[in-house]
Parts: sequence; structure tokens; C-alpha cells
Amino acid sequence: MMKMKKNTKILLSVLILIAAVAALWYLDANKNQYSYAISILQRSAIYAIAAVAMNMLTGFTGLFSLGQAGFMAIGAYTVAILTIPVEMRANVYYINGIADFLANLSLPFWAALILGGVLAALVGFFVGIPVLRLKSDYLAIATLGFSEIIRAIIAAPQLDRITNGSYGLKSIPAFSSVFEAFFIAGICILLMILIINSSYGRAFKAIKEDETAAQAMGINLFKHKSMSFIISCFFTGIAGGLLAVFMRSIDSKTFQIALTYDILLIVVLGGLGSITGSVIGAFLMTAGREWLRFFDNPLMIGGFQVPLFRTGFRMVIFSLILMAVVLYYRKGLFGDKEFTWDRMYNFFIRLRDRIRRKTPEKGDKGNV
Amino acid sequence: MSNDIHLKISNLSVAYGGIQAVKDISIEVPKGKIVTLIGSNGAGKSTTLRTIAGVVKPKEGSIQFNGEEILGKSPDYIVTRGITLVPEGRRVFDNLTVLENLKIGAYVHKHRLEEDIEQVYRLFPRLKERAWQFAGTLSGGEQQMLAVGRALMSRPKMIMMDEPSLGLAPLIIKDIFNIIKTVNAEGITVLLIEQNANLALKIADHAYVMETGVITLEGTGAALLADESVKEAYLGKRKE
Ligand SMILES: Nc1ncnc2c1ncn2[C@@H]1O[C@H](COP(=O)(O)OP(=O)(O)OP(=O)(O)O)[C@@H](O)[C@H]1O
Ligand SMILES: [Mg+2]
Repeated sequence: MMKMKKNTKILLSVLILIAAVAALWYLDANKNQYSYAISILQRSAIYAIAAVAMNMLTGFTGLFSLGQAGFMAIGAYTVAILTIPVEMRANVYYINGIADFLANLSLPFWAALILGGVLAALVGFFVGIPVLRLKSDYLAIATLGFSEIIRAIIAAPQLDRITNGSYGLKSIPAFSSVFEAFFIAGICILLMILIINSSYGRAFKAIKEDETAAQAMGINLFKHKSMSFIISCFFTGIAGGLLAVFMRSIDSKTFQIALTYDILLIVVLGGLGSITGSVIGAFLMTAGREWLRFFDNPLMIGGFQVPLFRTGFRMVIFSLILMAVVLYYRKGLFGDKEFTWDRMYNFFIRLRDRIRRKTPEKGDKGNV
Repeated sequence: MSNDIHLKISNLSVAYGGIQAVKDISIEVPKGKIVTLIGSNGAGKSTTLRTIAGVVKPKEGSIQFNGEEILGKSPDYIVTRGITLVPEGRRVFDNLTVLENLKIGAYVHKHRLEEDIEQVYRLFPRLKERAWQFAGTLSGGEQQMLAVGRALMSRPKMIMMDEPSLGLAPLIIKDIFNIIKTVNAEGITVLLIEQNANLALKIADHAYVMETGVITLEGTGAALLADESVKEAYLGKRKE
């Protein structure tokens, strides 16, 4: 394997970072012109948090949860309820009114976001405790059920004065700048990377690899499984809180099982056990979905309307691509490896060699 | 004779569901010695070790380590008391590197990590050369070295090994037995389970023979090596 010089790698990383910040700066300065691109990038960043959180649980600890949408709902509703400006509330809860204790209760965005994460973690604790002692995949079943129950609770008429029932919540204050979502996503993902690389993270990996051996090393299985699950719930709740701010208005339908599948697909696409895979997967998936909108519009070629090109066709194509990825790159784009400059460098070297070998007779492009 | 008993098992019985795997056994392991437990397949040897490690909960009996009752305690507590199990079939973490495997071994003893790693590298220079290799790609003998090295990372006072020679070539088995002697020379008590009775009895200070859940014979390693019934059943030598 070829290696690049260390300084080159650092330089490349710094350049990428500067380019990303510069790009955000540019987008921020021209908000109105690029609002569509900005919204795609922001949604990607938010999904990246939820995907990395899921990967920590599934790719690193070997536990499978399908409660992403439910935990995101907890974070989202916490942030929404506590940050909608007090003077707007009568307007938002115009049908049933707002509960008295909530009417003047509000928190700054940061505090509400963290509280949303904490509440999601707390609920995760109560959902996880009974099933994490059991072996195998009860966690997936329990969390899947929980996720639907949360939706039912949110929409329940008894809670109308808190969650506004099936009317949903609107007038959630937007991000104060384009940077905010990316900044928070960066911090969350960095924290999760630190956890995964700590001795706790090693214990998670050991449990995923071989529970019996992990136990023989003195690792308390239940304690570490709970820890991984609760941390994952916390960051999923944070992602939900950000999603509420991003969308400006939410209701219980926002958090259908489809949201969980979106996150799951990102994790599988990027590779179980690869954090960079999940992050890149989040951007590819979210952006890919939008690029494919092309297929939703009627297409005319020489006065002939190509069949199939109509609303919804994009999702068919999208599903086919995903199936192909899962079938042919069973381990996702990155497997359980992280993106590194060396790997990228080697990929291009191999690509170059392959192209050279295939076209030896036209070595000089100028003559073609 | 030393009266310094490190591990004392009294009247231990273990059952899986209705099946009685270990029946009323008593075993003593003196401090700093090598004790081996031999016996045919299904005799209950692994069950005994797993019970000591706290992974299997026994029906009745007592297990004292350094005078402390550890029966019924959790596996992680027992590791912190100084007993580590090298499980049957090595069970290294295949998709993690040699170094990561060692670090996980130090889970209950995180301080002075570097020092402990150097110590293991000193015992097994081969592991140092292969620090960045995935454990699953090591040879069988190297994996066994790693399994022992990983166990040593928890700074055990007593190490329990479940058939470390299983599936290894004769030459490698000799290495493994040398490793056991080296570990013991560091002052660590060894409780060894072996199918390879010949080699095990040669290095053991004391030995127990187990059959269908009960101890049928005990004595010094040398005494059992000379015992006719042991010769016949475990050493493949028949009386004329
Ligand atoms: N988890 C289990 N559930 C049910 N029965 C078990 C379990 N583990 C072991 N046994 C049974 O307990 C008995 C003793 O098994 P054990 O593994 O302790 O034997 P062993 O002496 O280690 O044999 P070997 O030399 O083949 O490893 C066997 O009859 C086995 O089938
Ligand atoms: Mg056994």
C-alpha cells in the first residue's frame, strides 16, 4: 500500500476544511439564491448525526435498534415546545389552547436541544433496560414498537394542550445562521468519535465481536450495552431537535417509520462500523434523492413522451440503486473502514493503472 | 507442602437445566503453582472454569479465592479480584488489531497501560511485530499467544486456561507449554485444562482427573503420569 507524506495529508485535510467553511460562508452570504442547496446540506448534516449514533450502536456494539424516529420525535417536540416564541403560542395552539404550565415556559435553543437529548436518553433507558438483559434482537422489536407508540402519544387528544395533537407545531424559530447546524453536527460527531475511540468504545467493539470473550475480560455486558444505547439515544434526540428547527413545523407524521429507514439506509450504504461512511452516506443519500427529482418530471424526446417519467418514479430508481449497492457492495461504500487519504490515493492509483492497461494503444490523448 | 491455598472449591455442583454437569467436586489450587484438570470430552472441565469465572451460576457449593467467597459474584467483579479466563477456542477479537485486543484485556486495569503492553511484548515478541495486524489473520499459535497476552493485561493473580493446545501443531504446542511455564515463573498461579494429558501432567505440580462431572483421581503430576489407569485412559499406553 502506497502512503502519502504525513504533511501532505494534514495539508489536504486543512484545505478541505477551509474549502468547506468558505463554501458555507459563500452560501450564507447568498442565502436566498442558494436556499435549496443549503437546505439539502443542512438535512444531510442532521441525518449524519442520527446515522453516526445508529452506527455506534449497531456497527460498533452489535445492537440493533429501530427506534430512531421515536427518539428524534422526543428531541424535536422538546425543542419545538420550549422554543416557539411565547407571543406566538396562542396562534400555534389556536384550537385547544396551551397548557397553563407551558404558556410562559421557554428555554434558549441550546438548553432546549440538550434537554431534548437528555429526555430521549432517559426514555431510552426505560425502553432498553428490560430488553438489554436478553440476548439477540429483542431491542429492535421493542424500539420499533416504542417508536410507533410515541407517535400515537404525540397525536393523542389528551395531550392536545402540550403537543397540539394532530395539528402539529409550527413557528419554530429557524437556525440563526447557515453555520449553526453544521457546527452542532460537527461537535456531536466529534464527541461520538471520542467515545468510540475511548476504552468504553473498545468495550463496545469487544461485545460486538464476541460477548463471551468480552465478559471474560471483565467487561460488564449489560452496563456497556445500556451505555451505548443511551448515548445513541441522546444524539438521536439531538438530531431530532435540529430537525424540528430545520423544518420549522413538525407533526407526528414527520416521525413515521420511514424516517428510521432513511437513517438505516444511510448507515448500511456508508458501511456498518465506518463513521466517515455514515457521514458521507448521509450527504450522498439526501442529495441523491434530490438529484433524482429529474425522473419525476415528464420527459419528451422528439415529441414522444417517455413512459414511466412521472411523480414517484424517482423513488423507484432510488430504491433500485440502493438495492444494487446492498447486493454488490454488501459492506456498504466503506465497509468497516474509515476514509483516509492513503486509501483515496491508492484508489486513484489503481484507477489510473486500470485505465492505462485497458487503453495501451491510445497512450497519448492528444492524438485521439 | 504449602498451605497457602489460592483457590478453594468445595462441594460444587453445576447443572444446565436438568442436566448435572458437575457433581459435588472439591479442588484446591495452591498459590504460585500449576494445577491441571484432565478428563475426557464432556467431563465438565470447561463448566468448572466457567463457574469459577462467574459466567455460569452453580446450584450449590463454595468457591473461595484468597479466602473471599466469589461464588455468585459477577464475571467483571471476579476479573477485578485477579482471576482471568483464557477461554476455550482462544476467542480473540478477529476484526480488531493485536494492540486493540491487548488494550481490551486491560479493561479492568486501565492505568499503566503502556507498561503492561511492553511487558506482554517482552514475553511474546511475535505480538509486537504484529501489533497492527488483525487478530483474525494470525496463525493459530499466534492467536493463542494473543489470548494469553490479552488475559495477562488484566494483571491476574491466577490465570485459567481452557485447552490452550487445542488444534495446534505439536511444535507449537511445545511453545505454548513453555509460555505457561514462563507465566507461572512470573508468580501467577495457573489452573490448566488439557486434553493433552501427557504434557499437562509433566508441567503440573498437582493434577485432578475428572470423569462425567466427578473427580475420580488426584495427585502430583508425576504420580498421575505413573498411574496405570491414567496411562490407559489418557496417555494412550496400554498394559500388556
Ligand atoms: N451451555 C450449556 N447448556 C447445556 N449443557 C451444557 C452447556 N455447556 C455444557 N453442557 C453440557 O455439560 C457437560 C459438560 O460440558 P463441558 O463443556 O464442561 O465439558 P468439558 O469437560 O469441557 O469437555 P471438552 O473436553 O469436550 O471441552 C456436557 O455434557 C455438555 O453437553
Ligand atoms: Mg471444554
